This record gives sequence, C-alpha cells and structure tokens, in this order.
Amino acid sequence: MEIARVGRRLTAREAGLVACRRCARVWPMGQARCERCGSRLVSRDTKSLQKVWAWWIAGLIAYIPANIYPMLKTNTLVSHTENTIVGGAVDLARHGSYGVAAIILIASVLIPVGKFLAIAFLAITAQRGTQVTPRARTHMYEIVEFIGRWSMIDVFVVAILSSLVQLSVVASIRPGPAAMTFALSVICTMLSAQAFDPRLIWDAMRRNQPRKTP
Amino acid sequence: MSTDTIAQTAPAAAAIEDLIACPHCDALYLAQMPQHGGRAICTFCHTVLIAPRRKAGKKMIALTLSVMILVVAALFFPFLDINASGFGNSTSILDAASSFRSGYMVFLSFLVASAIIFVPLLRTVLILYVLVPVVRDRPALPHARRAFRWSQELKPWAMAEIFAIGCAVALVKVQSLAHIGFGPAFWMFAVLVILVLINDNYLCTWSVWKSLELEED
Ligand SMILES: [Zn+2]
Repeated sequence: MEIARVGRRLTAREAGLVACRRCARVWPMGQARCERCGSRLVSRDTKSLQKVWAWWIAGLIAYIPANIYPMLKTNTLVSHTENTIVGGAVDLARHGSYGVAAIILIASVLIPVGKFLAIAFLAITAQRGTQVTPRARTHMYEIVEFIGRWSMIDVFVVAILSSLVQLSVVASIRPGPAAMTFALSVICTMLSAQAFDPRLIWDAMRRNQPRKTP
Repeated sequence: MSTDTIAQTAPAAAAIEDLIACPHCDALYLAQMPQHGGRAICTFCHTVLIAPRRKAGKKMIALTLSVMILVVAALFFPFLDINASGFGNSTSILDAASSFRSGYMVFLSFLVASAIIFVPLLRTVLILYVLVPVVRDRPALPHARRAFRWSQELKPWAMAEIFAIGCAVALVKVQSLAHIGFGPAFWMFAVLVILVLINDNYLCTWSVWKSLELEED
C-alpha cells in the first residue's frame, strides 16, 4: 500500500483512510464504524461547525439569566439577601476572602466568557483561516476542553450550602434560579467544545500550503 | 526519565492495522510501542499518542477499587456539620446532591448527583470490567470494547474533584455565619480526589485498545 512519499507527512485522509477519533485506529475510507471500538467514523465532520454554533448559542442564551438572577438566597434572623454570581463574589471580597472571591470570579465569569470567545475564534478561523499557527490553536482547543468542567464549582457550592445551612430561624440558604441556568450554560459549552472537530484546524493550513517539503 | 519519542512517520508500505492517526490533526504514523516511561508524540500538534506505564494495569485496578470503596462509603457518612446559636445540622453527600427540591430544580439535583456520584462510580465499574481480565491474561469479557468506549466518553462528566474544590469554597463562604466541622466523608472525598487524578494519569488508552484487539484474534 502506498501511503507516504519521501519527505512528506501524510494525513489519514490523504492516504485514503479514515481515522477513529476515539481509539486512533485507521480504516479504509468509507467505512461507517470503527471495528475496534465501535465509534462512528467520519473523515471530516462537515456538520461539526453547525453543531458547535448551535450549542454555543444555547450556552450563551443560558448564561445571560445566570448572571441576572440570584444564585443564592440567604435568610438570617435579621436579613434576607439574594446574591447573583458577581454580587456573591463582591460580598466575599468585602469580608476579606479575596482568594475565594477570585476562585468564584475565575470559575464563573472568566472561564465561561473566555470559553465563548475561544470556541467562536476556533470555529470562525477553521473556515476563514488566520495568522495564528495551527499548533497554537490546537493548544487553545485542548485548554478549552480541559478547563470547561471547572465552571461547575459554583453550582456545587450552591448545592452544598443549601443542604448544609438549614438552621431553622437562625440561618437558611436556598438555591436561586441562576443555579439552574448556569449549570445548563456549562453543559451547553462543554457539548459545543466536544462537537468541534480539531482536524479542521489543520486542514485549513494544509489547503493553503499543500506541497511544502520540509 | 520520561523520554519523549517523536512518533515515526508511516513508511511506504505498512499493514493498515499497524498505523495510528493523530485524533487532533489526522497525521498518519506507524504505531510503535515506545519504551516504558517514554511517550510517542505527534510531530505536528504535540498530542500524546501512546504513553504506556510499567504495571499500569495492576496499579489502575488497585486505584479504581479504592475509588469505588471511597465513593460508596462517603455517601453514607456525615460530610459536614454546622453549628450556630444552638442550632445544628449535618449533611451527607446524598443530601447535597438532592438539595434542589422545588419544581424544575429537581433536574439540577439529578445533575449534581450524576456528576459527583453516579458517573464516577459507573466509570470505575466499567474500567474494572475491562482491565481485570486484561491484566490477568484472560479473554476479555463480553462487550468489553463498548464498556471501555463508554468509560472514555463519560470522562468529562465525572466531576468528583471539582465538587471537592466546591466544598472548600463553601466552607469559606459560611465561616462568618457558623462553626463548621468536618465529617469522615469529607476526608474520604479528599483522598478520592487525589486517587482520581493519579488514575487518569495512568491510563494509556491506545495500549488498552491494542490489547482488546489482540484478545479477539
Ligand atoms: Zn496530531
């Protein structure tokens, strides 16, 4: 089987093969399922970007109410407070817990917003091309995949607090509607990142400079 | 000690079962088991393709079993307790997972319970099911491949370690409000987080797939 010319690295697709993204085994082009692990095979997921954008938009829509509505409702003897994500972090910082305030802001604001921007950037440049090297973009994709789940911290904090702080009239904490929409937003952006086919990053480069011998 | 070897470019003629394609950039290579401690890395995008470890199977089984025991035990012991002005309350992980009770919040309860209990447990069961026969040189159990694929697909949704960080944040949040005590389950969870992190580091998926494939021939 002829699969590589001297001095040039081939992709599975150029060799007339299709690779399994789950187990890295290659099969003849046109085969529908990987016989080793049973995953569906697609040489390039052409619907990939549509799925990415669909989940991306759903995630963004869910993220807006997550920031407007309260995440936590705290009742004490003297007061009733409702805290949004940012409001809660500001409160913590005011009480001197700068570290925890930073964790909340990073996990609930910086990571989600950064993720929306990064996925949009990857999806747009996979079609239009960019000066940013494919290796840098692959790196970006790996970071997005790795870091996305950590946004769930705030949802877990709400879960713990509202089960723990139930002290009759002295103090009680209940979850606000934002806990729900925030969790949905995290799930949607995780699915959006998973729908992206990173091979599209490299295809664009190979299209632009096809016959370059190293 | 861990020397990285660049994966070898596929030669002119090779059997299709000896090839491996980078899942991130589609580059084609000749699959070659690197020395123990070494890793095969894609020259294009630097994705780690193969990273076998010495006695990885046995270590993983031991770690996975401990994770399973800890998760189950942590469920039933008190997790955190709280005291303020004569009122007290203690909570277990099951309580935390089921704290969203009103209306649509039930969905959130289901989600939290899945992410911190059911999915991590299911993953340990699936991994044991696949690895135990492999390590003991026995034929793979029925549907081992499907089990391994599911365990890999569930990986991003197992969030026990994130829950542990959440606990730390929650403690700081209420420290001005009340006195907090740690139950046994809290410490079990702390150990569990470390085990989960080590465990994920040990698994070379390509090696497992390879051994499952050899099984069938
Ligand atoms: Zn690669």
